[in-house]
Amino acid sequence: MAKTFPIGGVHPSDNKQWSKGSAIEVMELPDVVNIPLGQHIGAPATAVVKKGDKVVVGQLIAEATGFMSANIHAPISGTVTAVDLQPNGQGIRQMMITIKREDDIWDEAIDRTDTLVSECTLEPKAIIEKIKQAGIVGMGGATFPTHVKLSIPEGKKAETLIINGVECEPYLTSDYRTMLERGEQLIVGTRILMRAIGVSSAVIGIEANKPDAVKHLQSLLGSATDIKVQMLKTQYPQGGEKQLIAAVTGRQVPAPPALPIDVGAVVCNASTAVAVYEAVQKNKPLIERVVTVTGSAVTAPKNLLTRFGTPVEALIAKCGGVPEGDVKVINGGPMMGRALSNIAMPVMKGCSGITIMVGSEVMRGTESPCIKCAKCVEACPMGLEPYMLAKQARKKAWDAMEANDITSCIECGCCQFTCPANIPLLDFVRLGKQTVMGIIRARNMKK
Amino acid sequence: MNTLIFTILTLCVIGLVSAVLLYIVARVFKVEEDPRIDETEKMLPGANCGGCGFAGCRGLATALVESDDISALYCSVGGDECMGKIADYLGKAAPKKEPQTATVRCGGSCEKRPRTNTYIGATSCAVASSLYAGETGCAYGCLGYGDCVEACLFDAIKVNPVTGLAEVDADKCTACGACVKACPKGIIELRKRWPKNRAIYVSCVSKDKGAVTMKACKAGCIGCRKCEKVCEFGAITVENNLAFIDSTKCRLCRKCVGECPTGAITMIGLAPLVKKEEVKEEK
Repeated sequence: MAKTFPIGGVHPSDNKQWSKGSAIEVMELPDVVNIPLGQHIGAPATAVVKKGDKVVVGQLIAEATGFMSANIHAPISGTVTAVDLQPNGQGIRQMMITIKREDDIWDEAIDRTDTLVSECTLEPKAIIEKIKQAGIVGMGGATFPTHVKLSIPEGKKAETLIINGVECEPYLTSDYRTMLERGEQLIVGTRILMRAIGVSSAVIGIEANKPDAVKHLQSLLGSATDIKVQMLKTQYPQGGEKQLIAAVTGRQVPAPPALPIDVGAVVCNASTAVAVYEAVQKNKPLIERVVTVTGSAVTAPKNLLTRFGTPVEALIAKCGGVPEGDVKVINGGPMMGRALSNIAMPVMKGCSGITIMVGSEVMRGTESPCIKCAKCVEACPMGLEPYMLAKQARKKAWDAMEANDITSCIECGCCQFTCPANIPLLDFVRLGKQTVMGIIRARNMKK
Repeated sequence: MNTLIFTILTLCVIGLVSAVLLYIVARVFKVEEDPRIDETEKMLPGANCGGCGFAGCRGLATALVESDDISALYCSVGGDECMGKIADYLGKAAPKKEPQTATVRCGGSCEKRPRTNTYIGATSCAVASSLYAGETGCAYGCLGYGDCVEACLFDAIKVNPVTGLAEVDADKCTACGACVKACPKGIIELRKRWPKNRAIYVSCVSKDKGAVTMKACKAGCIGCRKCEKVCEFGAITVENNLAFIDSTKCRLCRKCVGECPTGAITMIGLAPLVKKEEVKEEK
């Protein structure tokens, strides 16, 4: 029987049919890009270019601020026209570097050929340094800086590397297409990551709804035994780091502040592994990614290899434009994604897809009182009690929320998905989590 | 018959024994409390709003009785009158404070601040503001989902369905500050209360540059500094593209109101100032 995680989970219809068949296409270069300085978890990067500077593709334009941060590189060549506040997808102004494109000139150090370089003899430290320089972050959506994840703290030891090819989020197919079309690079990237953390085996976890990806990677691996492709039973949110570890190794990561490394696991996204390959073997920093543009009303759903900073509206235009009527454009998928109020938002490192929902798909049902059916409790993959947490958030009982382990919440949305009373559970749980995290941070600062 | 008498007697005995026990317990474990606390609590309005910083009126009453210097303690619901009475009773110097009223500093009504998107989610300003900037192009303005209405114990704040903005009923407002804490955008401010609820204030908190503000809202402050220049009392300061009128310095002269090109300075209970040239023409 195929493995899966032990508690909770839901089965939303995956709706990957629209975009899964279309091969990765290269998106046209935008004329102007806006590059936000905060595209990752941790401190926003510090700009190292100023207005009027000329940049080439792959040039460092913003430097990591401290350890928990990531470098940002120019995705197009041209002139920096501004380093200023611009509205992000949620309409909130944040610092962005604006570059006006002139031609497409690349940094000379970058190897742009397609030849596969599978040999890597670098020391682990050198590999991590290269990854850090390239500004690679987790590309599944959480955007956790990869060099931080690979720097194993003293006294702890990595035992398994897990490559996350689950893509449990409905609608999205960017990782799936990457696994199919860039499998060789993915495998080399995986071996580089293994070398970096000093493990001898790795598992690529893929859900059962993508059998061709499993077969393809297995055939590429042939008789190699260091990497195993593990088919997992389809269940949302299997792509969650902790869920995937539980599914593959059977181990449970304890509540925060414990990290996956405490159970000896390091998890990297499939697209991240490809980015690692490009950074280490080809000297190419993270400047582009595959973005799925999909939805039931999208004329031509596509998987587009897009340079960062390209406005989302340009991607939608390429796929047939914004449909008529009530439309919701989501950065990410329908479960974890965030609705956009500004579709001029630039594509960022964590943007795995753009989902467009129309008409009745957009609307929420009318809220009715909680009947304590406990469906949300059953669905919660972290073993929390969402109905209670939501109520506590409404009553601003932050202490009680902290005592009930709100910080364990992964914001997967299973509770709200399963609620028969249409209660906006996640909205309140998320508010509570943000507030409690703020309180904890303030308390730690005092100490 | 015997059974009946026996039952009644037994119950009487149990009752008596319990009464004696309770009397002894009440005597032995009696908590000595200053009787003035009860009296002081009776003098307080009994709203239990928490505006004083204590959990309820009894908390404040205890603090008033126990501390020697009560100048930092104040019940804004009762006001100077109530505090004076209590101070007289306790024989301490009465704390004084200018009466205040909550003011919603956003003038971006539906008409002046066009909606650019529709929010479908939990009806809560806190949730909405943790998700995104809001339904309009302004990331600072009133969201109108009524967190302040829910926080108000005095029924003094309402969201006007026409403008989509929260409005304060100054007669009912006690300046307890619950709405100020509830507003995630920090729009509500406690300002000095003038007689007849007169007020002049900048009804905007947008720190965006003028051009950005103007695009999002016709009633926003663009930071042009015209009001700052015209103010004779130094009550107006412009910082981060936003004017602010210090209500303790403002004398309600109304000069700034006419200067504001966007009408971001709101005037309540006052007639517009007639400009001198206009007066001459009339003559």
